[in-house]
Amino acid sequence: MRCGDFKETYIKDEEIFQSLFVKFWLGLFFIFLLVFPFIANAYMLYVANMIGFAIIAAVGLNLLTGFTGQISLGHAAFVGVGAYTSAILVTRLGFSFWLSIPCAGLVAALAGMIIGIPSLRVKGLYLCIATLAAQFIFEFIFIHWESMTNGITGINIPCPGIGGFEFVTEKSFYWITLFFVVLGVGYARNLIRSRMGRAFVAIRDRDLSAEIIGINLFRYKLSAFAISSFYAGVAGALWVTFLKVVTPDHFPFILSIHYLAMIIVGGLGSILGSIFGAIFMTLVPEILNYLSEIVKMSAPGYEEIFVPMKEVIFGVLIVLFLVFEPRGLAELWNRIKNFFRLWPFSY
Amino acid sequence: MDILIQVIITGLATGGVYGLIALGFVLIYKATSVLNLAMGEFMTLGAFICMTFLLQLNSPFYLAFILTLLTACVLGFVIERIILRPLIGEPIISVIMVTIGLGLILKGLMYMIWTPTFRTFPEIFPPKPLLLGFAVVPSGLFWGFIFAIIATAVFLVIFKYSRTGVAMRATANDQQAALSMGISVRWIFALAWCFGAMASVIGGIVIGNISGISVYMGDVGLKVLAVIILGGLDSIGGAILGGLIIGVLENLTGLYIDPLIGGGAKGIAPFFVLVIILMVRPYGLFGKELIERV
Repeated sequence: MRCGDFKETYIKDEEIFQSLFVKFWLGLFFIFLLVFPFIANAYMLYVANMIGFAIIAAVGLNLLTGFTGQISLGHAAFVGVGAYTSAILVTRLGFSFWLSIPCAGLVAALAGMIIGIPSLRVKGLYLCIATLAAQFIFEFIFIHWESMTNGITGINIPCPGIGGFEFVTEKSFYWITLFFVVLGVGYARNLIRSRMGRAFVAIRDRDLSAEIIGINLFRYKLSAFAISSFYAGVAGALWVTFLKVVTPDHFPFILSIHYLAMIIVGGLGSILGSIFGAIFMTLVPEILNYLSEIVKMSAPGYEEIFVPMKEVIFGVLIVLFLVFEPRGLAELWNRIKNFFRLWPFSY
Repeated sequence: MDILIQVIITGLATGGVYGLIALGFVLIYKATSVLNLAMGEFMTLGAFICMTFLLQLNSPFYLAFILTLLTACVLGFVIERIILRPLIGEPIISVIMVTIGLGLILKGLMYMIWTPTFRTFPEIFPPKPLLLGFAVVPSGLFWGFIFAIIATAVFLVIFKYSRTGVAMRATANDQQAALSMGISVRWIFALAWCFGAMASVIGGIVIGNISGISVYMGDVGLKVLAVIILGGLDSIGGAILGGLIIGVLENLTGLYIDPLIGGGAKGIAPFFVLVIILMVRPYGLFGKELIERV
């Protein structure tokens, strides 16, 4: 706590931007985001886009798992539902990209609500297994509903455009991604300080007690699933439009685990944490790719060790964070911030 | 008709193996309330280690088998001590994710050591298929079933009659009471992991023998989740019965539904069953229903 930093009303206490200092730095960061595409090369922009999609999906998963406490091992399935919805709407029904994004979100939300129904009867481990089953069932549908999804060949998706301008390059797509990331993060940040957000947290902490103090479990658990899947669907639609192709291979079980890893490494129950986690977990494989390129140059033949290395490092990160820093990067960030805030008189 | 009997027999044999792996899940869950999602990787690791003993050291099968069991025992012990113990009392998501992380690490390491190529297991059982008169059971499945039954029986006897087994059941029932009766709960936790790892390793050897080994063999472990949900997470008998039911059901789906939709239904059938059970009877056939109070 900073000296002299006290609040007189609850409204002030719940403000998103708590001080002028925060506003200033966030503003500066936002300006950096706007300038970024002009100074970065195509590869950096590609990574930035990937991070953007990961942030949207991770924020969605964190709302469900971190805030409401419903563990989902099937987030990739909802990303897939959104992706396929958008692809099918654009290629078959001639929807514009802009209309297909909210539609993708809505269809994914519907799928999420169906999967969420068991959450009313079962919880914890059992729910976790139910979502796992959902993951495999959806994967099966993506592959075998060939008349709709084209099976393993997938669907090619045209570039999105607006009034004659086409978003072909990484640079132009960056603006779309940035828009949706800011929208998504802003909405989530506001949601968690509303009645609904507080209900989510109450359900996470003790669902029976929450029900007794008048929270409708049916309504709020399903809303959590719907909102989380909506985010996933939007992320999926953006992602495959960026890649210009969608195949069932894009949404394996391991992707669900990656999303969970993001929010665990970033910090469960923290919007900032989901952002950190998404950035961190997207950069790790890219750094590994880079290292493997270097090894390929200097010691050919040994670069193959980097293929399984990615999984090992993901596993090690998950285990280490859970054992040593269960509240994730967000907590580390807070600690660093506090250190400098009080420095040099830390007591 | 003949083909139906044949499919059911095959299903029962597969189901026996599922039951054994499910036993591994249940042993760990019952004592420590941890669902070990790295079970599939334990299996694969067991199969690989046994194969290495057989091929590299040219040891006879019984020796390789015992050595593999010992390795599994040590592995279970170490994992419990290093990774799971710091997480006692943490929320369920931490425990689940830590086992998933463990699975990823094991998978990656196996990929590095044994490379992802698919191999067949060295022949350890006589290759002659068993003729029952009305059906033929492939030798691998038959011996696998025998193995699974023996292993299950051994575990059951230990659990039911030995002093350790009674202590394990007591811990599963009430940790506080077990502690006050002088049972070392820590030791029981470690032991549960040893037993669980051993059960899954035997399952791995059997499955490796039936369908060959690759790094991706561990996916069977996820399918077995359907078995334990059907039988009830904390019921040993349920695990075995569930295994048989799922095995038969899976093979029947393969026979009747696969031709209709063009393949793939066999692999997904257990998950459909899983969802239906969760909707209708979430605590399985024999699972203990959890009553929660505020």
